[in-house]
Amino acid sequence: MSVLVNKNSRVIVQGFTGSEGTFHAEQMIEYGTNVVGGVTPGKGGQKHLDRPVFNTVKEAVEQVQANVSIIFVPPAFAADAIMEAADAGIEVIIAITEGIPVRDMMYVKEYLKGKKSRLIGPNCPGVITPGEAKVGIMPGFVFKPGKIGIVSKSGTLTYEAADQVVKAGLGISTAIGIGGDPIIGTSTKEAVELLMNDPETEGIIMIGEIGGGMEAEAARWIKEHGTKPVVGFIAGQTAPKGRRMGHAGAIVGGKDDTAQAKMKIMAECGIHVVKSPAEIGSTMVEALKAAANA
Amino acid sequence: MNIHEYQAKDILKRYGVRVQEGIVADTPAKAVEAARQLQEETGTEIFVIKAQIHAGGRGKGGGVKLAKSINEVEEVAGKILGMQLVTPQTGPEGKKVHKVLVAQDVYYPGPSEPKEYYVSILLDRATGQDVIIASSEGGMDIEEVAEKHPDKIVKEFIDTRVGLRDFQARKVAFALGLEGDAMKEMVKFIKNLYRAYVDIEASLVEINPALKTSDNKIIAVDAKVNLEDNALFRHPDLAALRDITEEDPAEVEAGEYGLNYVKLDGNVGCMVNGAGLAMATMDMIKLSGGEPANFLDVGGKANAQTVEAGFRIILKDPNVKAILINIFGGIVRCDRVANGVVEAYKNIGEINVPIIVRLQGTNAEEAAKIIDESGLKVYSAITLQEAAEKVQKAVKGELA
Repeated sequence: MSVLVNKNSRVIVQGFTGSEGTFHAEQMIEYGTNVVGGVTPGKGGQKHLDRPVFNTVKEAVEQVQANVSIIFVPPAFAADAIMEAADAGIEVIIAITEGIPVRDMMYVKEYLKGKKSRLIGPNCPGVITPGEAKVGIMPGFVFKPGKIGIVSKSGTLTYEAADQVVKAGLGISTAIGIGGDPIIGTSTKEAVELLMNDPETEGIIMIGEIGGGMEAEAARWIKEHGTKPVVGFIAGQTAPKGRRMGHAGAIVGGKDDTAQAKMKIMAECGIHVVKSPAEIGSTMVEALKAAANA
Repeated sequence: MNIHEYQAKDILKRYGVRVQEGIVADTPAKAVEAARQLQEETGTEIFVIKAQIHAGGRGKGGGVKLAKSINEVEEVAGKILGMQLVTPQTGPEGKKVHKVLVAQDVYYPGPSEPKEYYVSILLDRATGQDVIIASSEGGMDIEEVAEKHPDKIVKEFIDTRVGLRDFQARKVAFALGLEGDAMKEMVKFIKNLYRAYVDIEASLVEINPALKTSDNKIIAVDAKVNLEDNALFRHPDLAALRDITEEDPAEVEAGEYGLNYVKLDGNVGCMVNGAGLAMATMDMIKLSGGEPANFLDVGGKANAQTVEAGFRIILKDPNVKAILINIFGGIVRCDRVANGVVEAYKNIGEINVPIIVRLQGTNAEEAAKIIDESGLKVYSAITLQEAAEKVQKAVKGELA
């Protein structure tokens, strides 16, 4: 098992024929992801990368039974693309697009209420279940199959963590890039919960950053319900107050937004908190040993 | 994006928000002219001269002063214009004042006592909804109020689908202890503020203080409006309000190259791909005994041009004693990035600080070889731990 995506996922690409969509669709196909087609309004009926192009997500669901969609649509139209995927009944919607206006995402959040779709992102690297499906923009070779789940707000920092985990002799069950925007579809806590319930995941790495209260929420949940060791890192211990550090959501407003505050709560909730990003892999190894001996 | 008080007030007025009237001026002579015009329009006898910089706490730094008559305006404005204003939010070097707002007096005597309130609207990230935050403790820093008098803070969450309802604005006004005309005025004030907030896609509208005048009007005495960067493409008129003189010149230049740069006060510069890894790299520099000199995300494509631009921007900072380049090459190949680094170095010529290049991912070994054989003052690393150790040596001056 694994979470969110696997070899049976039937993936479509929204924004299929654009340059980003084309490049990453090719990479995903090469990885072995079951890409069954794509959507570009007005280009329905054509073939692209040997796969059918549809005008609407609904057609893709009806004709090729798509159940996962990855979105590379530009920011101005991305919220609409997410809602279209939800309307068509897509189970897992992964929005890569960076720069979607907050108000658009507020409407998306409302629109998704009561629907069965799960949104991952936006502004995220996607989701990978190594050896089965890569639905994202991450370099696939870094992620080797194994038993560690990763939840992260950041792209390259996820690759860094995965690389350390793999080189430490462990592998990855599923890595979930939840995104660095102020409003995202799946919170840290929800992603951790998915991995906690996954029988193939034995340990979880939780990577957060300054801004918002999602890591604290996840930590409290872990304290109550956690059954597996969790290693945590928060990027931005040296970030100044009031400055946006690259990601739209990475900004220290109040005192709860700081890395220090989050790390404190995480440690209090039993998470193995690392100060240095160089120690994520080795700490996971130690945490697994400690859990086995407990 | 931040804008000035005078710009914020101009916008809010268009939505029917009552503001303390004022006219902006960039010389003492123009300030006098502004005062004369303001006197004609509003009848005010006293003038408030307010420095226009992108930072709060201006009063504490001497950036807000009273001219008790029109005769004092020139002198007061002359003192503020051109000053290097230091406030709790500017940092020790302060910010140069290029403009002042000559504003009317709104604390005039009348049938009731004037009283200051606090009103703001922003996104509550936990719920994904907008929230109105209000307090009877106006004029104070809201974080301080939250800490000392949490009971004096009113929060009202707004349903995204239906927007702010009248009863909610009434709830807030009554909770602030207002009654009669002042309550009705506050309801109007909040509703108009919300209309503006939604329409201009602000990330924050903060009125502190919102004054109940002696004749029961509600007036925005100060106004802070932050616009959401990702929505500016829909608002070209608002995007045009950007004042780059308020920004760090190196940050402006970095933006032109598509680099995301934030200047800090440390001694180790860094250049990284990805925002999360960039923050993590800064943290690692600190743990290695250095202080990060900047945040710099070169984004998805780290090539010779972006690396060279990054070098030039980091090297403008005389405090930088070493530079760490940290690239996790996924789809970008490390050997290409390494060649880019060498090429950029040669284009710049002599660089007098050690450079540590940590390249991990596709073709990392080849990349390390390219760096080591370049003959330049560049040191390679593959793991993050190695990079940290080399930074530590560089900080101590031990990197040969």
